[in-house]
Amino acid sequence: MTDTTRFIPDRLQSPLQKRLKSWESLLLLVAIAIFVANSFASPYFLNAWNLSDATFNFTEKAMIAFAMALLIISGEIDLSVASIIALASTAMGAAVQMGAGTPVLILVGLGTGLLCGAFNGVLVTRLGLPSIVVTIGTMSLFRGISYIVLGDQAFRGYPADFAFFGQGYVFWVITFELVLFAVIAVIYGMILHMTNFGRAVYAIGNNPTGALFSGIRVARVKFILFLLTGLMSGVAAICLTSRLGSTRPSIATGWELEVVTMVVLGGVNILGGSGTIPGVVIAAFVMGLVTFGLGLLNVPGIVMSIVIGALLIGVIALPRLWKMWRAQ
Amino acid sequence: MKRRNFTKLALGLSLGASLMGTSAMAQDNMRIALVVKALGIGFFEAAHKGAEEAAAELGNVEIIYTGPTDTTAEGQIEVINSLIAQGVDAIAVSSNDTDALVPTLKKAMQRGITVISWDSGVAEEGRQMHLNPSSNPLIGNMIIKLAADHLPDGGQVALLSATTTSTNQNIWIEEMNKVMANYPGIEVVSTVYGDDLADKSYREAQGLMQSYPDLDAIIAPTSVGIVAAAQAVEDAGKIGEVNVTGLGLPSEMAGAIESGASKSFAIWNPIDLGYSAAMIAHALAAGEATAEPGAEISIGRMGTITLDETNSAAMADPFVYDSSNIDEFKSIF
Repeated sequence: MTDTTRFIPDRLQSPLQKRLKSWESLLLLVAIAIFVANSFASPYFLNAWNLSDATFNFTEKAMIAFAMALLIISGEIDLSVASIIALASTAMGAAVQMGAGTPVLILVGLGTGLLCGAFNGVLVTRLGLPSIVVTIGTMSLFRGISYIVLGDQAFRGYPADFAFFGQGYVFWVITFELVLFAVIAVIYGMILHMTNFGRAVYAIGNNPTGALFSGIRVARVKFILFLLTGLMSGVAAICLTSRLGSTRPSIATGWELEVVTMVVLGGVNILGGSGTIPGVVIAAFVMGLVTFGLGLLNVPGIVMSIVIGALLIGVIALPRLWKMWRAQ
Repeated sequence: MKRRNFTKLALGLSLGASLMGTSAMAQDNMRIALVVKALGIGFFEAAHKGAEEAAAELGNVEIIYTGPTDTTAEGQIEVINSLIAQGVDAIAVSSNDTDALVPTLKKAMQRGITVISWDSGVAEEGRQMHLNPSSNPLIGNMIIKLAADHLPDGGQVALLSATTTSTNQNIWIEEMNKVMANYPGIEVVSTVYGDDLADKSYREAQGLMQSYPDLDAIIAPTSVGIVAAAQAVEDAGKIGEVNVTGLGLPSEMAGAIESGASKSFAIWNPIDLGYSAAMIAHALAAGEATAEPGAEISIGRMGTITLDETNSAAMADPFVYDSSNIDEFKSIF
């Protein structure tokens, strides 16, 4: 930087102004634009049942994205989430074969998620290994176990009341998954933005050494974050398994990247230190609306991937390009 | 950080414009959706061609050709949900998972949409009927016969399949194992999985030739694997020693037939398959036929099919391609 003169504003930004210019309002505008564009583009879009079906495109992934957002803000990442879904689903399928009922299945699903999260957490916090390496390894490990257990077979025969989690409606077109998504969003929003734990997550992401010297138990916080990510993968596994009604080892293939995309699109800094839960919530809707809207126009999936990729790069690069252009 | 609101506008406008530009609607036509395992696979592109042929023959029929990017059940569910939302008249699906699509397809049927499966089926409660391109026992027999015909004195053969979860491949291998007694002297030494990826299939084929130096034939009952295996044999300089056979597309296998890496292979005609699926979907959606055991459904130039007790039907026998007819078919699909 050759420009060394300091600019001192004569008036600080008002909170309202700051909020209007935030990442979240940018995203919200994108979401609204997509919604409006979709309504014009397809006569089938503005239909309560269709919109309700469309929420399945993102609810399960978003549940994991909330926990992943905290993890990424703290400077770590978990790429094994989709494989945890596969393993948790396989464990539930195995429990069904042994005659387990729905309550046991939920415990098995959540328990498997927690165990996988704890395994990642121990490797990262106790052995001090980089999380990206550890979770690339466990990504193969967890799904590998599913493949060994199932091979080319599938677990089916889930109890009828288990179908509620992925196929049930709470009220009119409001699905159970959508309600669960909202509840989890509120819980994670409170954890991140209203608690000491949330402040600690930001502090660790910005400066782990500084956080340690400030008396924050860095390893413990990170371990809890891995546990939470595992737990949410377990929750997603319950919903997805219930929705599909069967388990195959290829379940949820490639979801880890969609979850990370959602988090980054939501304005979370991939290097850690900043980001918000409302941002991730809006990003989830943006991704869901884009895929469903394009689906209604029968746009091929590969074009959809290109659009999502362009959206991600565009939303991240445009503000920076604008700033560079302004600075000239 | 200051001027972000302008970028919002620009981005919103450009997105809106791009989405609205592609709006296209058909009114009174019957809309039949052909849902495939994944887009960009030659076999399904050919089936699409056949379905369009049926549409042209029937008149007032619009074919929506669609599918996910990866061969996953979740991807197909998203596609089918958007088809239900559009209120199409019929869905003809080649499924990635026999069970996982059932709840979504049931929902489609509840909303009055005709649902059939073809090529790779779904469980009975998730569709009205299933069209098999051929019968599984005939295919299972064909793939081993293709190898055995060129090994009068017996020999070692290995299987290069798609994924461990591929419904089709697993059934065919099972059927093949049932008739192995008819081919004395033929020994299946190994089964490997190339995941229907060209590079992985190539490496698996290389591995087979290294592990079994006396290997006489590689049977790949998948259009991706057979091409990769033929390439691997050619690159290893083992043409004449290892014969690659199985199920493949004539256009992709023409080079292997010419080089001698493959002496012969078989496939049904995907154009006929797409044509028949569209014909059946149309007949059921228009109420010209009902899907019940024993029912006979006319499928245009392909004749008629008869539904068995599981509401399934077989279209035709697999057809063998070799140097005598490859030139004729390689430009078709």
